[in-house]
Amino acid sequence: MRGYLPPEYLVHIDHGKCRRCGNCVRNCAFGALQFEHGAWQQIMRIFQHGQDDLQQVFDKIKENVPDRVVADHHKCVQCHYCVTHCPEGAISVQPNPLAYRGNYHWQPHHLKNIWLQAETGGKLLTGAGNDKTYFSYFDHMVLDACQVTNPSIDPLREPMELRTYLGSRPDALEFESGPDGPVLKTKLAPAVRLETPLVFAGMSYGAVSLNAHKALAMAAKACGILMNTGEGGLHTDLYPYADWIMVQVASGRFGIDPDYLRRGVAVEIKIGQGAKPGIGGHLPGEKVDEEVSRTRMIPVGSDALSPAPHHDIYSIEDLSQLIYALKEATEYTKPVAVKIAAVHNVAAIASGIARAGADIITIDGFRGGTGATPLIIRDHVGIPIEMALAAVDDRLRQEGIRNRVSLVASGGIRHSGDVAKAIALGADAVAIGTAALIAMGCRLCQKCYTGNCNWGIATQKPELTARLDPERAAERLVNLIRGWSLELKEILGALGLNAVESLRGSRLRLRGIGLSESDLRVLGIKNAGVGA
Amino acid sequence: MLRIDAGGLHYRLLNQQIRDAVRNGETEFVLDNVNGQRYIGTGLESANIRITINGVPGNDLAAFMSGPEITVWGNAQDGVGNTMNAGKVVVHGAAGDVLGYGMRGGKLFIRGNVGYRVGIHMKEYRDMMPVLVVGGTAGAFFGEYMAGGRLVLLGLDRPDGAPLAGDYLGTGMHGGVIYLRGRPDESTLGKEVKLFDLDESDWAFLEPLLEEFCRYYGREFAEVRGADFCKLIPVSHRPYGRLYTP
Ligand code: SF4
Ligand code: SF4
Repeated sequence: MRGYLPPEYLVHIDHGKCRRCGNCVRNCAFGALQFEHGAWQQIMRIFQHGQDDLQQVFDKIKENVPDRVVADHHKCVQCHYCVTHCPEGAISVQPNPLAYRGNYHWQPHHLKNIWLQAETGGKLLTGAGNDKTYFSYFDHMVLDACQVTNPSIDPLREPMELRTYLGSRPDALEFESGPDGPVLKTKLAPAVRLETPLVFAGMSYGAVSLNAHKALAMAAKACGILMNTGEGGLHTDLYPYADWIMVQVASGRFGIDPDYLRRGVAVEIKIGQGAKPGIGGHLPGEKVDEEVSRTRMIPVGSDALSPAPHHDIYSIEDLSQLIYALKEATEYTKPVAVKIAAVHNVAAIASGIARAGADIITIDGFRGGTGATPLIIRDHVGIPIEMALAAVDDRLRQEGIRNRVSLVASGGIRHSGDVAKAIALGADAVAIGTAALIAMGCRLCQKCYTGNCNWGIATQKPELTARLDPERAAERLVNLIRGWSLELKEILGALGLNAVESLRGSRLRLRGIGLSESDLRVLGIKNAGVGA
Repeated sequence: MLRIDAGGLHYRLLNQQIRDAVRNGETEFVLDNVNGQRYIGTGLESANIRITINGVPGNDLAAFMSGPEITVWGNAQDGVGNTMNAGKVVVHGAAGDVLGYGMRGGKLFIRGNVGYRVGIHMKEYRDMMPVLVVGGTAGAFFGEYMAGGRLVLLGLDRPDGAPLAGDYLGTGMHGGVIYLRGRPDESTLGKEVKLFDLDESDWAFLEPLLEEFCRYYGREFAEVRGADFCKLIPVSHRPYGRLYTP
C-alpha cells in the first residue's frame, strides 16, 4: 500500500560486503528485497540504440553482474529475518528518519493510519500486543529483600519450591482417624501440577504454525508445565504431549469433540482475550489448509469465525451451565478454567466466575498479544494486568472465595521480575505468549495477521513454517523457562522465602515508586520508603 | 435395559449412573420422571446407546454427544445438542433456546416450536453434516453464523398469520442451507443470505428427511411435503472479507 505513505523502515545493503548469495531475496515473505535488473536494462538500451560496441557491453556486464540486491523499503516490516540470516552481515534496517513537523498531538503513526484508511476504507488490523506508551505498573513496583534482621536463603544450597498446583482448593480440610493415623476425608477437586509457576498462553494452531504448536507442547512436557491449544483444536501430532496441554473451548467451538475434551489435562473456556476484549476471532480462509481443516474440523478454505460472545452464554448462570457441561463430559476429572480479558469490572466478573464453578481463572491484561485484532481495539480497550490482578485477588479474598480458584495472570509478562511481581500481587501462575514467541524468533513486527511471518511462527505457508525447527524452538523455550525459574528462585531466596507459595499475594513485599495514592490503593501496596 | 427413576435425583448422580452402566456394557436406558435434570447424554460416545426419556430433560441434553440416540417423550429445554458430534435426538414436544449450537454432526428432530438462537454456528466437516428439523416455528436468530449443515423449519400447525421464524434469520450465515416450508418476509432475513427455490438435489436430500420426521411424529408425508418450500443460502462465503485494511 503506497499512496501517501512513506516507508516506515529503510533497508540498507552494504554492497561492499554482500556476495550476492540471494538468501535475503529468496527469504523475505514480504517481498522487500529483489535483485536489481538495472544492469541488464542498460545493456538492452545499448543494443536498442544501435551501439553494437561489444566491448562496451562486456564492460557493463563486468561492472554489474550479478545484479545488486535492492530493497523496496515500503515492504519492509522490520522482522529482521534477513538481517539475522545474511551470511555476510550486510543488511541493516533503520526506522525511516523522515522528519514530520513536530506535533505532540498528531504523532506520525496517527497520520500514517489516516492515510492508510483514506485509501482503503477498512478497519486497521494488527498483530502482537498493545505497543502504546501507557504507563507500566510493573516498571513502578520493586521487590523487597532480606537484610540483617531476617536471613535470606541461598537457592544453590537450600531446596527452593517452585511447584504450583492449579485448581480449586477446599474451604477446609477434614480428616478422620484410620488405622495408620489421620486420613483425609475431604474430596479434593482435580488440579494440574506445574513444576514452575509458568504456563504457555493459549495460541491456536491456525494463528500459529504446527511447528510452533509442537515446540510449545514439547517444551511444556520437558518443563512440566502446560501449553494451551487456543481455539483451534488439537493436532494428532500433539497427542503424545496431551498430559501437558490445556484444551480450549471458545465461541466457534472448533475442533471440539468428546475425545478432545478428554485428552487435555484441563479445559479452558475462552470468553475474552486482552488484545481484543469483546471481539471475536476470524481466521481467514486462506490460512485454513488441509491440516488446519482437519484439526479445526471445518472445510478447507472456509473462514473460521469465532463470534464475539458464546451465544449460549449471556449470564453467569449460562457460564456455569457450560462449566458443568464440560465437567460432566470429562467426568469431573479435570479442572475447568475460564479466560477473560481484564476490563473495568473484572473483579465482580471474576467473583461470578468463581461462584459459577470454575477452578481456574485466567486474566489477560491489555498488553496481551494476538494473531490478529483491529488496531483500535488492541490499543484502546481493556486495563493493565497489574491492576486487574490486584482487584480480582482483593475481591475474592474479601468474599472469602479466593481458595476456590487459581488465578493465572497474563498480558505482557517480559521477565521473571514481572512474574514475581504478578505472583506477589496475587497470581498463582503466569501465562506467557509473546515472550514464548520471542524465544522462538519473533521480532514483534506485528504482522502476524498477514500470514507472512518470516520466522515460521504466525503462518501456515509451508516454505515459511519449515524455517521453524520444532526441536530447536522447543530447546529455546525450555532454556527460557529454566532461566526464569532460576531467577525466580534467586528472587525468593533474596526475599527469605523457600517456596513460591509464600510469595503468593504477599503484597507487603512490593513497594511502589512514582505511583499516585489511588494507584497504590488499587495495587494494595505501600510506597517505597514506607517500612513494614 | 436399565430403567432409572430419575424423580428427585440430582443430575450429577443420574448421569454418573448412566456412565457407570455404559462402562459395564449397558446400551438401553429408560429414564422415568425426568424433571429438569441437565446434561443427560452429555459427552457419551458410543453409537449403540439408546436413551428414552419420559419427562422433561434439563439444559444441555446431548451436549458434546457423539453417537447415542435419545428419544424424549415430553418437551426439552435449552441447549439440546450443544457442540454435538454424532447421534440423534428426537423430541416429542417443543424445545427451548440455543439448540444445536456449534453442532458438527448428527440429527435433532423437534416436533413443536423452538426458541431463540437455534442452530447458531452449526458447521459441517467431511462426511459429518449436522441436521436439525423443527416441526413448528422458531424465534429470532435462527441459523445465525451458520457455517455448515442443514436446518429445516416446517412451521406446521401454526395459527394463521403467525410467522415461521423471528427476525435476523440467517444473520452472519456463511455456509450450510436453511430449508423453509413457507416464505418468510424478506425484511426478517440477515443481509448475508437470499431465498432460492429448491432444485432436485435439495429434494433428494429433503424428502427422506421429511419421511423420517413423519415417521417419528405420525404425520402425513404428503401433507408435510405438499407446501411451498424455499431455501436460504449465504450469497457470500466471505461475509467479512472486505472489512479490513490489508
Ligand atoms: S543475504 Fe546478505 S550476502 Fe546474501 S544477497 Fe542478501 S545481503 Fe547479500
Ligand atoms: S509472530 Fe511473526 S509475524 Fe507475528 S510479530 Fe512475531 S515475527 Fe512478526
